[in-house]
Amino acid sequence: MLKGSLGLIALSSLLLSGTAFAQEKIKVGVTATLEGTYTVLGEDGMRGFQTALNVLGKKIGDKELEFVVASTDATPDSAVRAVRKLIEQDKVQILLSPLSGDEGIAVKNFAKTHPELTFVNAASGAQETTYVDPAPNFFRYNMDGAQWQVGLGKYAYETKGYRKIATVGEDYSFIYTQVFGLVLEFCGAGGQVTNRQWVPLGTKDFASVIAALPDDVDAIYLGLGGADAVNFLNQYQQAGGKAHLMGGSIMIDQTILSSKGSAKNALIGTIAASGQADTWEDPNWQKFVKAYQDSFPESKRFPSPSLLATNYYGSTMALILALRQVNGDLSNNQAKLKDALAKIEIDAPNGKIKLDANRQAIGTNFVTEVVDDGKGALFSKVVKVIPNVNQTLGYDPAVFAKIGLPSRTVPECKKY
Amino acid sequence: MARFIERHPAWALIVIIAVAVLAWLVFAIWPPGLEAAIGRKRVFLNAVLNGITLGGLYFLVASGFTLIFGLMRNVNLAHGSLYLFGGYIGYAISTWTGSWILSFIVAFIAVALVGVILQLVVFRRMEGQDLRQTMVTIGLSIVFADLMLWVFGGDFYQVQTPAWLIGPVQLPLLTAIKSSGEPVYLQYPLVRLVIFAASVVIGIAMWLALNRTRIGMIVRAGVDDRDILAATGVRIQLVFVLVFALGAGLAGIAGVVGGTFQSLSPGEDTRFLLASLVVVIVGGMGSIPGAALGAVIIGLAEQLGSVYIPTYAIVVTFLIMVLVLAVRPQGLLARR
Repeated sequence: MLKGSLGLIALSSLLLSGTAFAQEKIKVGVTATLEGTYTVLGEDGMRGFQTALNVLGKKIGDKELEFVVASTDATPDSAVRAVRKLIEQDKVQILLSPLSGDEGIAVKNFAKTHPELTFVNAASGAQETTYVDPAPNFFRYNMDGAQWQVGLGKYAYETKGYRKIATVGEDYSFIYTQVFGLVLEFCGAGGQVTNRQWVPLGTKDFASVIAALPDDVDAIYLGLGGADAVNFLNQYQQAGGKAHLMGGSIMIDQTILSSKGSAKNALIGTIAASGQADTWEDPNWQKFVKAYQDSFPESKRFPSPSLLATNYYGSTMALILALRQVNGDLSNNQAKLKDALAKIEIDAPNGKIKLDANRQAIGTNFVTEVVDDGKGALFSKVVKVIPNVNQTLGYDPAVFAKIGLPSRTVPECKKY
Repeated sequence: MARFIERHPAWALIVIIAVAVLAWLVFAIWPPGLEAAIGRKRVFLNAVLNGITLGGLYFLVASGFTLIFGLMRNVNLAHGSLYLFGGYIGYAISTWTGSWILSFIVAFIAVALVGVILQLVVFRRMEGQDLRQTMVTIGLSIVFADLMLWVFGGDFYQVQTPAWLIGPVQLPLLTAIKSSGEPVYLQYPLVRLVIFAASVVIGIAMWLALNRTRIGMIVRAGVDDRDILAATGVRIQLVFVLVFALGAGLAGIAGVVGGTFQSLSPGEDTRFLLASLVVVIVGGMGSIPGAALGAVIIGLAEQLGSVYIPTYAIVVTFLIMVLVLAVRPQGLLARR
């Protein structure tokens, strides 16, 4: 009896000290695609996140940040499962999630069931996430897929002289959004998009897709990422493909440009647009690249951070700075933090970022071209920098609303 | 053949018509009406050839799986891990020595050794306990996947295709006639043809070994009745080890093939395990010709599906599996 009650006391004191300890910490849940097609993207996202912690530190006043990482595989259900686990089992108070487009839409909807918590988008870029029925506690500090394509359509039409293009893309929300941005601008300038092919995420054998590419176009736009992009390029090379290429934002970043093998060389000269450019001269960007390189040994990172690393860095930075503004005060359902997050403007490595009324980033976009650095490494070179890109892409909101939501066939190829 | 026609005249007629239509689709110049309806002939031909060559890869993976199952009744759910491991070994060897051919040999030997260890350490200890074997191999596949992730990371690896295999060749198949009267022939990646030819050779060699050699006879006898075979004095455990090594080695070779014309990354193991399960279910558990037929059907379904009904392409293979399970649950070519 005595033994039993002693044990109980010991146990309860342990529990008590545990809760006392937890009050000193702010628990943040992080998700990344560490499985499946987008594994490499998730890994580099986590490197960006780690770089941010190295640069900014984990201290919020007298409290300290504690992180719990969960893995997803780019499917919406895996993201919701991971987020639910982080909230229910690990009792995190803030979420830094998710990475991929469909995941973003699912997590945003899930965020509404936990209005007391705060969700900071890590890197996902589907338009719908913040454009349709946004969640008041979901904040996105990266631009969406369509914003990341701003400038590409005009550059292709006016400077490169492409008149007819075809697109190949993965069949999900982020790539719909990217093609949406491209088609709006390219067709608005007078170009034609003759064919849009959609392949399931995780396709391995592209041979038939490659065979079905039309011959009578000036360029082919590739909206692929991760393993899909590498497989496509490999098989494109084997099939002897020679067309001009255009790239989506995750097609031309370091996740692909530094993949092993020679297939990536098909990308040299490819024009693309994204929320970053590897060779940008801006000191802030160069500082970030340096911090990224210093944080990891050369074999454990890319030569230069990918778009995912940059996004995770920016999101983590916004979260830490906002937490410091309110001195880690999470009382009253984190109201102060949410307020600070909505108002904060950050000097992210890829340009200034602020949020609009839907808590969606307004930021800087880059038109790029893939170049060989002479030693066999590929980088995206800046062609044009476009500041202040908002979610309606400069269109009047009423006109923009009429275009419809990005999908396989929306927008039509015409001037809106 | 003649007996089949006598017994099922209606089916025979359907098959003959289907073959004739297919031959016409492959060899004739398509009339403009047909091209307007289902797209260009080049796309169709490519899809068919891709399906068949992809089937070659599936066959390499699934034949080892089905061989092991047929003889030992082991459902080896770590087979996908063997595939991926073989691919990584092949990648390491080909970057180290620069020899593509050598990477096949080393991958075969290394993965066969893993197979031998698996058989000796795991399967032999739990012979005849299906459920335990299944659970243990699932566990092993997870452990292997994490070990490989630890060593090779989440990166995509591609086995470098040798220079003489890069690029397309012209096949003597007409796709169109230009307005100037000049014929246009089909261009097709050489590497896929070579890989397909190699898998046909391996398939035939396996069939010959099973049907024309003494070892093959023992293996076939083991498939039919293990206990009686053991009672006749054959050292059955040795046969088990050999067959397991061969099956695992084939998965290793398939890994190099897959790494050459697709890519290697975490997750490929389960994808190929799933593919070989579907192939084997369609073709018939334990049957080599069944694995070949199943592999070609699944390969064709995937490729034709991705061209003509891209939205539902993923479903097609599973639909085929469901159909086969409903109509002929033992598989197309399995004996009862």
